[in-house]
Amino acid sequence: MINSSSDNVKKLNSINRRMFITGSLKFFIMIGLVSRLFFLQVKENKKYLTLSDKNRIREWKLAPVRGEFYDYFGNTIAGNFEAYQLHIIPEQVEDFRYVIYRLKDLLELSNKEFNKVLKKKNEIKPWETLIVSDNLSWTKFSKINNHLYDLNGVKPVISISRNYPFKENFTHVLGYVSQANEKDIENTESIKKNFVPGLKVGKVGLEKSYEDILIGTNDIERYEVNAYGRRISQLEFQKGEKGKSIRLTIDTKVQKLAGDLLKDKAGSICVMDIYTGAIIAMQSSPSFDPNLFVFGISNDDWQLIRNNPLKPLVNKTLQGNYSPGSTIKPIVALSALENKIINTNFTVKCTGKTEMYGQTYHCWKKKGHGFVSLRNAMKQSCDTYFYEVARKLGVDRLSETAKKFGLGDKVFGKLFGIEKSGLIPNTQWKKNALGKGWLLGETIITGIGQGYIQTTPIQLCLMTAQIANGGYKIYPKIIANDDNKNEPDDKFKALFKNSNHIKIVQDAMFGSTNEVMGTSYRSRIENKKYQFAGKTGTSQVKKITERDRELDLKTFEIPYEERDHALYVAFGPYKSPRYALSIIVEHGGNGSTTAAPMAKKLFKLIIDRHLLRQSINSKKYLEI
Amino acid sequence: MYQHTRLNNNQFSFFQKFKNFDYILLVCILLLGFISLTTMYSTDGGKILFHTKSHFIKLIVFTLMMFVFSFINIKFWFSIGYLSYLVVVCLLIWTYMFGITSSGSQRWINLYFINLQPSELMKIFIVLCLAKYFHRMKLENVNSVYTILTSLIIIILPMCLVIVQPDLGTALLIAISGIAVLWFAGINHKYFIYTLLGFVISMPFIIAFLKPYQKLRILTFLNPDRDPLGAGYQIIQSKIAVGSGGLFGKGFLKGTQSYLEFLPEKHTDFIFTLFSEEFGFVGSAILLIIYAIIIYRIVAIGAQSRSYFAKIFCYSFSAAIFVFITINMSMVLGLLPIVGSPLPIMSYGGSSMLATMIGFGIVMSAKVHSQQAIA
Repeated sequence: MINSSSDNVKKLNSINRRMFITGSLKFFIMIGLVSRLFFLQVKENKKYLTLSDKNRIREWKLAPVRGEFYDYFGNTIAGNFEAYQLHIIPEQVEDFRYVIYRLKDLLELSNKEFNKVLKKKNEIKPWETLIVSDNLSWTKFSKINNHLYDLNGVKPVISISRNYPFKENFTHVLGYVSQANEKDIENTESIKKNFVPGLKVGKVGLEKSYEDILIGTNDIERYEVNAYGRRISQLEFQKGEKGKSIRLTIDTKVQKLAGDLLKDKAGSICVMDIYTGAIIAMQSSPSFDPNLFVFGISNDDWQLIRNNPLKPLVNKTLQGNYSPGSTIKPIVALSALENKIINTNFTVKCTGKTEMYGQTYHCWKKKGHGFVSLRNAMKQSCDTYFYEVARKLGVDRLSETAKKFGLGDKVFGKLFGIEKSGLIPNTQWKKNALGKGWLLGETIITGIGQGYIQTTPIQLCLMTAQIANGGYKIYPKIIANDDNKNEPDDKFKALFKNSNHIKIVQDAMFGSTNEVMGTSYRSRIENKKYQFAGKTGTSQVKKITERDRELDLKTFEIPYEERDHALYVAFGPYKSPRYALSIIVEHGGNGSTTAAPMAKKLFKLIIDRHLLRQSINSKKYLEI
Repeated sequence: MYQHTRLNNNQFSFFQKFKNFDYILLVCILLLGFISLTTMYSTDGGKILFHTKSHFIKLIVFTLMMFVFSFINIKFWFSIGYLSYLVVVCLLIWTYMFGITSSGSQRWINLYFINLQPSELMKIFIVLCLAKYFHRMKLENVNSVYTILTSLIIIILPMCLVIVQPDLGTALLIAISGIAVLWFAGINHKYFIYTLLGFVISMPFIIAFLKPYQKLRILTFLNPDRDPLGAGYQIIQSKIAVGSGGLFGKGFLKGTQSYLEFLPEKHTDFIFTLFSEEFGFVGSAILLIIYAIIIYRIVAIGAQSRSYFAKIFCYSFSAAIFVFITINMSMVLGLLPIVGSPLPIMSYGGSSMLATMIGFGIVMSAKVHSQQAIA
């Protein structure tokens, strides 16, 4: 020990020196660690706190409550009802197999439905909700509730869903809702924003047009979740807003009557207020029950609707392009008067047929009407008279007047995506569209609403309304809420040069309905309160051959597809007009026998309900 | 001094040994034990479950063991220096042959009451062995080729046995523990500089030999966002947990990152993250201060020790502990790539705690017997 003492001192010096170096190094590294901690925890704290919250807080959106539709009187026509549903959270069930088979028995699920549920179960995480049934009947729901004691983990849930209490009555106006698909989400911002799985959105009709207003906003639940996405606790519940409800101008009673009148027929009825443009009824037949679509339509039901030869999926009021037939005659007459082609004294001799430009044109009455003036020609719907008028008038002047009165243009603009604009031909149109020159013969048949001319029932209704109100422009509307809002400046703009001309046409229509020999005389109402004026129309579906003329078959003897469409336009009450309507019955045969009697029933109801309708209006003003 | 010399010749009485205890170190160790226990309680979600119970029992047993070790004369530790090293090497060979495999590596020996991880023990016993090796050596002999080669073999042999498990992290820590002794023994500092330089230069070749998952860890360290849900997940979540703790933390048992299971390995390597999330910058700083005091006390005990063996052991052990702490914290704070290295005492794991407590026991023994000379 003594020998090595000098070495020991050296060794101690060395180790102490190195310890000092190490100690300093440790000190600086410690400082480094503390600075790193400070940087992360104090300086960058906000950033990491946000990230940590993003980790642990997850939002769940719940389906928003959809706004409702009311008719003019406040009756719910598209409402929300409480759907009874059955949910299971698989991980909360002790014996899933037992429970699911028990449910199968209780709910009487078919094997197909049962397998669908099992498949869905395999697709979701065990803590996610499995919807076993989304719309249970009350009896089944209560049955489940009675058996809950041995259905551990099964949750009966009441959820809100769309309901159309009047079933098929409003289908073509409202459309229907169904589960949103990818296209809906992509194309509509409001759906994208509020989307939750199972969200139901409007597919057609007003349900689709007003999606943005109706949809409302989601309830939002904020949950704390763990790393695997399991909910741990609820942090917040943010109530969403219910979608805005929309009140329509439609009167359910009239709408229903229109539906009843068109029962088992294909056709359309459309009733309009001639001053406000409010649609009182807009019925297209056949219709279907929109409730079928809410929870997804079954294939059988779908095929039934799709394959129906009367085409329930087509909204005939807006999408039906029909030749107007004789219902165009008031416009032809008006146009001729306005353009000073004829006056009230202008007379034509009808012999049943007339020869023009090397072709024979027939009047509907074989024997002919003899000498007819304008009023009589309208009243008896003499074709020969209007061939002559049309020939003198020319198609371009006729189309100008027709367009002024709303024909050939979409009545609701972009409101209904499906609406068709019809067609009012003129020489320019034919050159552009078909590349051929206009033939004079085509003018002749345009005069009685045949040929290229096509109109939709809603256009005919608007035309009639504008004749009825004295010839002033109106804008039809179906939403009651937005009175006097966004109404164009040219509302009530005069569509005539001389108001007398309108009166002449109105008077002729009065004659047609209320005087002997008038085409719809049999459907007249003599009571002045209900008395209406109208014009019948029969629109040919196929060209009538000489053979057909010889046979002169009754309507029921012709095959359905070849029968004429029956049309009728009218307004009333005649002494102070308020409502106009258009009726079309596809392949209904004759306008005067099929369509006009419907108008009689409709006017009775519409005019009876007029005061009630007015009282709603005055009530509204009282409230203010 | 005389008194000491006198006592030196006689055997210490039990009470005098007791009086010689380093109470500051002891208090710090107990405090650390308490903190680790509360943290473990938090990892169990605020319930006394398996980890908490197991940690508690180990803490009690190993602390008692530390006490017992403190009373054993430092001479004894000197005498078992080589033997203990050989025993652990044998255990490593045993592990290699019959060890338990878990998550892809064969690290443990089943001792029925504990699954022992000999590589953890090697971190301490390599220091003990090398300290003995250099104790009697004259300074001029230290830098001889023979000495350096022998000491390198002592280091590389267990390293190899650990690398094959495979456990690169622990092997590196064993190497660092051994190198710390070489440093304090006075091996020419040029060698350290050359080795470091050589290491840096050969880095690309080393990386070429790394296993794919190890390469991935390095890539992930360089840019954690390259795969935030895969390889980068641990480090990202760990940083979020620490960062979101803020100045005072989210509160005991309120660490959302760990409570909601976003944190991986929260019982073991990432225990500091949880602590830091719940107790914030202030708590973390306090924990660091406790560790600093422990390291400082170990150095101080070394400085007081009369024997060169005790000195070099304490210095090296303190350096090793310091490196363990630094590497673990740097890792969870995103300053180093992920290497499996527990935080001494805090992390769950019997072998690591056993090794650390043995180290503390020997240090305490050096304190109690500070005037003991070793021939």
